[in-house]
Amino acid sequence: MATTSLRTIGRSVCRVSRRGFSTSCDDKLVQPSSKSTNLYSAINQALHIALETDPRAYVFGEDVGFGGVFRCTTGLADRFGKSRVFNTPLCEQGIIGFGIGLAAMGNRAVAEIQFADYIYPAFDQIVNEAAKFRYRSGNQFNCGGLTIRAPYGAVGHGGHYHSQSPEAFFCHVPGIKVVIPRSPQQAKGLLLSCIRDPNPVVFFEPKWLYRLAVEEVPEYDYMLPLSEAEVIREGSDITLVGWGAQLSVMEQACLDAEKEGISCELIDLKTLIPWDKETIESSVRKTGRLLISHEAPVTGGFGAEISASIVERCFLRLEAPVARVCGLDTPFPLVFEPFYMPTKNKILDAIKSTINY
Amino acid sequence: MALLHLTSSSSRSNLLKPISAALSYSPSLRRSISSSAADDSRTFTIETSLPFTAHQCNPPSRSVDTNPKELLTFFRDMATMRRMEIAADSLYKAKLIRGFCHLYDGQEAVAVGMEASITKKDSIITAYRDHCTFLGRGGTLLEIFSELMGRQAGCSKGKGGSMHFYKKEAGFYGGHGIVGAQVPLGCGLAFAQKYSKDGTVSFALYGDGAANQGQLFEALNISALWDLPVILVCENNHYGMGTAEWRAAKSPSYYKRGDYVPGLKVDGMDVLAVKQACKFAKEHALKNGPIILEMDTYRYHGHSMSDPGSTYRTRDEISGVRQERDPVERVRKLVLSHDLATEKELKDLEKEIRKQVDEAIAQAKESPMPEPSELFSNVYAKGLGVEAFGPDRKELRAVLP
Ligand SMILES: Cc1ncc(C[n+]2csc(CCOP(=O)(O)OP(=O)(O)O)c2C)c(N)n1
Ligand SMILES: [Mg+2]
Repeated sequence: MATTSLRTIGRSVCRVSRRGFSTSCDDKLVQPSSKSTNLYSAINQALHIALETDPRAYVFGEDVGFGGVFRCTTGLADRFGKSRVFNTPLCEQGIIGFGIGLAAMGNRAVAEIQFADYIYPAFDQIVNEAAKFRYRSGNQFNCGGLTIRAPYGAVGHGGHYHSQSPEAFFCHVPGIKVVIPRSPQQAKGLLLSCIRDPNPVVFFEPKWLYRLAVEEVPEYDYMLPLSEAEVIREGSDITLVGWGAQLSVMEQACLDAEKEGISCELIDLKTLIPWDKETIESSVRKTGRLLISHEAPVTGGFGAEISASIVERCFLRLEAPVARVCGLDTPFPLVFEPFYMPTKNKILDAIKSTINY
Repeated sequence: MALLHLTSSSSRSNLLKPISAALSYSPSLRRSISSSAADDSRTFTIETSLPFTAHQCNPPSRSVDTNPKELLTFFRDMATMRRMEIAADSLYKAKLIRGFCHLYDGQEAVAVGMEASITKKDSIITAYRDHCTFLGRGGTLLEIFSELMGRQAGCSKGKGGSMHFYKKEAGFYGGHGIVGAQVPLGCGLAFAQKYSKDGTVSFALYGDGAANQGQLFEALNISALWDLPVILVCENNHYGMGTAEWRAAKSPSYYKRGDYVPGLKVDGMDVLAVKQACKFAKEHALKNGPIILEMDTYRYHGHSMSDPGSTYRTRDEISGVRQERDPVERVRKLVLSHDLATEKELKDLEKEIRKQVDEAIAQAKESPMPEPSELFSNVYAKGLGVEAFGPDRKELRAVLP
């Protein structure tokens, strides 16, 4: 029964998303009904739509009923009532376990973890329960309606427990999806896809961009495809792959490289698992070089997986070792955050040494 | 200095000396507060503001032994904490403190009353609201402000920041960022203490919000099962961020939530009640195992610096607590009503404290930032040779041992 209702939702949504634009091409999305919107408002819109279009959708988490620390859930409780949008006690393991149960009965459970740094108490529920429910029950049960939202990444001075990027831990877990948007427009479309996807999804939101990133976002219901990477800047000399807030840093590096005559292709991976190897592969076949950048520590980061896969597929085409410009192998520091971060200059430096290899 | 002298000659000299040390010699004080009162350690009793409410145990007496010396010390310590937190607020607003910063003003009586009943051989572990707990353990204002501003002279070498104060030699196992995580750790400390058989205990502090974390119940069961000498101190300031206790807890009677573990509800705004409860709890824990102390207290500031603290509670509520229950004012009244000092003398003392705080801030600003290589140190016992860092990899390169 759960599966049926999920499928119905899925179908009705496809109709919605076919309304004029289903690609993620930026200029196509800018429609007359678009409004200049920041990232947290785009998330807020997506949640409004998710609750509006599915009476069996619920939004909950710590202080979510009041709008949440980043204002992403503002107005939802007023509009949809306290039985659908509600605060939970401070207990992450309980929140996710509860969400899994709710979703297993065919509901859309959208759970917020206040900061990605606080997702670890719920790690067991995500890894052992959510991810394996479908597999171990031979498809009798699943919690596909579960979406876990959590703000991740640096904010300039967040320190040890408000800055982490834990995506790689979850990329090691078959059965869940991991999605990270780069901008308001992307965030809205991807979040709606995640909520309506028949698999449990961990959706990390770049908190640095909540207020900072502003762009035209269509006001209506649209979805962006999961597991599809997007070439956001075409180039011929080197492929750069990233996700979330890191893309704007990488874009700056691309612009600087261009001034020095290096043409960079920039790809937003968007979905980390299951990821779009083909788009990366065909880009690397074209450029012959690959650089990956993320905020999480370099060792065991998702960049390592991309690097290994692309080397397997494009070994003879590569003209230089795959470069990784990532966070350092230290806890996220309170002081010296700029040293830790994969900054524009570090990326530019790595672009040049890869080109000159 | 009169107060310093009096403290070091008292039996609890090691408890309060460091705070006294943070306040330097002050001739004005020697003159102002009559040495008879300041040196006076003759015991008298004061009734706690409210009776204790007990769960699964007999409550201690409401009559608390104290003396003039102790009351004056309580006043000074709490006034120092109050001033320090207000100064931290300004430093944060001036962007001299970065990161997340949680202030303790309003809750001072818990830190001070607790220290009055225990020694530095006992352990304390707490969450992120840790500035005053650290001061109570004998940390200095200089260490505090330096750590807040990320300087080398900080108690964690500038690497921890507001949420991560520690003081090993005084048994302060520090500030923890993950809500609830410190409580099982505190039980582990008590487990070690049980083996060492030296009559020491651990105090594990947590908030009313944290009380709902599953870890708390796991820790309680273990420590009750093994009779660990641990005191779980729930600092109930009635809000976990913006969530009022009753919205988050089916039973906000935190002292009862150990079920089979005894508990005591304490007026956490009354330093003497806190002192009495902690004395009782330590004795209990050494004999019988864990006990919960619920400290009914209040934070004046918002949850952290990004919370104005006025959207989920009324201004009347806050000003009501300030007027009726303020822990510093309560002791001021006691000091005055017992003729231990004049109003002017206490005001002068506060002025002096203010000066000490300002001086510590000035000194902290002089302390340098940690060496860049500190970014890589203390990740493991020994550095593992991290190779490059710096905003521009070409500019800065270091290979550590
Ligand atoms: C595991 C975890 N979840 C969420 C947070 C975010 N957070 C920090 S403090 C806090 C409220 C805690 O309230 P309480 O335990 O009452 O302590 P108080 O702040 O009142 O001292 C929350 C939700 C966190 N630090 N860790
Ligand atoms: Mg609280």
